Amino acid sequence: MATPERDSITGTPTTGHEWDGIKELNTPLPRWWLWTFYATIVWAIAYSIAYPAWPLINTATAGLLGYSSRADVARDIADARLAQGKWLERISTSDLDQIAADPELFAFARAGGAASFRLYCVQCHGSGAAGARGYPNLNDDDWLWGGTLEQIHKTLENGIRFTGDPDTRDSQMPAFADGILTPAQISDVAEYVLKLGGQTNDAVAAARGEPLFAENCASCHGETGEGNRDLGAPRLSDPIWLLNGSKDAIVAQISNPRMGVMPAWKGRLDENTIKQLAIYVHSLGGGEQPDAQ
Amino acid sequence: MARDISATAGGNVEQFDVEAVHAPGKRELYAPRIKIHPKRASGWFRRLKWIIMAVTLGIYYLTPWLRWDRGAYAPDQAVLVDIAHRRFYFFFIEIWPQEFYYIAGLLIMAGIGLFLITSVAGRAWCGYTCPQTVWTDLFLVVERWVEGDRNARIKLDAAPWSLDKLSKRVVKNILWLIIAIATGGAWIFYFADAPTLAREFLTLSAPAVAYITVGILTATTFVFAGYMREQVCIYMCPWPRIQAAMLDEDSLVVTYNDWRGEPRAAHRKKLEAEGAKVGDCVDCKACVAVCPMGIDIRDGQQLACITCALCIDACDAVMDKIGKPEGLISYSNLHTYNARKAGKPAKLDWRMIVRPRTVIYSALLATIGAVMLGVLLMRERLDINVIPDRNPLFVTLTDGSIRNGYTIRLLNMSLQPRIFSLGIEGLPNAVMALAESTSPPGRTAQVVVEADKARSVKIYVTAPPADLQGESTEFVFTVTAQDVGRPAETSLYRAVFRAPPR
Repeated sequence: MATPERDSITGTPTTGHEWDGIKELNTPLPRWWLWTFYATIVWAIAYSIAYPAWPLINTATAGLLGYSSRADVARDIADARLAQGKWLERISTSDLDQIAADPELFAFARAGGAASFRLYCVQCHGSGAAGARGYPNLNDDDWLWGGTLEQIHKTLENGIRFTGDPDTRDSQMPAFADGILTPAQISDVAEYVLKLGGQTNDAVAAARGEPLFAENCASCHGETGEGNRDLGAPRLSDPIWLLNGSKDAIVAQISNPRMGVMPAWKGRLDENTIKQLAIYVHSLGGGEQPDAQ
Repeated sequence: MARDISATAGGNVEQFDVEAVHAPGKRELYAPRIKIHPKRASGWFRRLKWIIMAVTLGIYYLTPWLRWDRGAYAPDQAVLVDIAHRRFYFFFIEIWPQEFYYIAGLLIMAGIGLFLITSVAGRAWCGYTCPQTVWTDLFLVVERWVEGDRNARIKLDAAPWSLDKLSKRVVKNILWLIIAIATGGAWIFYFADAPTLAREFLTLSAPAVAYITVGILTATTFVFAGYMREQVCIYMCPWPRIQAAMLDEDSLVVTYNDWRGEPRAAHRKKLEAEGAKVGDCVDCKACVAVCPMGIDIRDGQQLACITCALCIDACDAVMDKIGKPEGLISYSNLHTYNARKAGKPAKLDWRMIVRPRTVIYSALLATIGAVMLGVLLMRERLDINVIPDRNPLFVTLTDGSIRNGYTIRLLNMSLQPRIFSLGIEGLPNAVMALAESTSPPGRTAQVVVEADKARSVKIYVTAPPADLQGESTEFVFTVTAQDVGRPAETSLYRAVFRAPPR
């Protein structure tokens, strides 16, 4: 059936296939193509010997060159650690003010702090450090426990109301609904707090609340609601609210307060990381200088 | 190979036993290449080609070694494509990546330049300055020097392997390889400091990419110029197709004046005695023998002709010898060809060069060049880019004012360190402070940027609510550099200040 013959016009052999009198020429492949094809075969064999290629049951052939992308990454990480070494050494021997004063060291610490922040802090404070209801915004200048490098560092080390650390920052706001103030009095104090924060309020109720505030609240929150950082008492005379600035929320807080907890990071993170975190948080825009308080 | 000296052609004209291997219609796609043994030509065009070869090779090999003092903060290499630092230096010009449109403009100019040259002088690029032509020519010089001219090479090719043949082949290939390595080697010097890289390269301490690049370019030079030669032009290069489409009746092409040459005759005296009409062509095939492309120009203008004009040199020499006027093969365009055919005197004159097409090309070239030059001379060497903080968009402060954060990228494209003065226009009561600085906020901030570098700084802008119009208020960042003895440079960036809904 298939009888190859030589085509008389082109001089090229045919494949011998014939359909309705039409014969198929067996035109040879272009030589450059053929040689390229052979080259790719040779290349493929050599490649699969030199590089990881063949799957085995639990693993794969390693290849003669011993190349591994995982090993490459491990080497890159080791190189990066080595490169970080001298900076970390300087951070551990410098105090916070020295780090802040050295632009290069500051830049390194800030970058390192930003990376650690993303790992340990964003769960509560958010990836932009803007906080959430009950979790402070770290970008602003309204600090509960102080915004100097030293104070931020202490908060990081010992946490807030963290039972596992005896040196933790601690304070308690009494539950005023618990027999201290009547609901009507709490409502009046709340109106006064609205007034302190510059919000619309019932002037008559606020006037009734003022003496109650002076009696029950001013010891921690200050005469004019300016707050007290030694006690972590929030400043009430500003537009920034940790929880919510509405009257209902203020009444709820006075009646049965919620107070935030932050874990102590000393012992969980190394000293260098905590220093870098302090530098980073301080650099977010609200950081204070010791004399500026 | 046989050759006979024909005394019958009106002089001692050497007849060449040569076939045009690339004659139109004869080329077959799947046929193996028939080797071409171009004979050495001599004459006006050959001399011109020597000069052009010397100039173009000189430019290629020597340019990276030219020095250009740019001061302490930039490399002193006149032409440097510094990919690692994303800078391109060309004598007094320095280009940053975002100014790449200058390169695009240059490429457009090069394209139009080729159009212009093609419409005036045909495929002059192919015949004289194309690297493939230049290096093939250079390799042919080596080949001729080692193995002899056409006939000796044909003989050597046909001879059985012997010590003599082997040694000639080895010497030729080694010389080719040296040229090829020098060619690949010169290329890498455009991308790094040439003296340093040369030292590193020779002490085997240069980066791997340098050796790989040299290897690839050595291989391509060696194979293209040594062994592929005319096949690159005929089968690989798209340019002959494009150029052929751009030729018109005013384009110069290498032309065989068949009205004068035909009927060609080798044994003319005999034919003349018989009273037959004989053309000037003595059919000596000198034109075919010298052709590096293996074509017969007497078949007419064709794709494979790179218009190197060596056949003109070869034919003119023969015409001199037999006492006929030169120019049986000549540079002509269709007009002069037709005029001369009709027996009218025709000379190439300026009207063939200055015509609408060439004027338009020239005008385009001049316009693009002038615009680029103007932009280049007026360009600022500083720039500002601003990325507003998105998380958080804004921060409310205890006194009720709103703060926005911006990452500002300052580009100092001059070759001196400079102090940039940042300022804000709009937001009349706003102040700004650098995150890295403890100095009190103000309406301006100073930032030092190193020479030829970009620097990012974080900046906080604080505005009282009275300044703000709703959730977004437009304002402008300005950056100014005041250098001693030069006019101040200023750049602007329109930014938006975000605030909470009221």
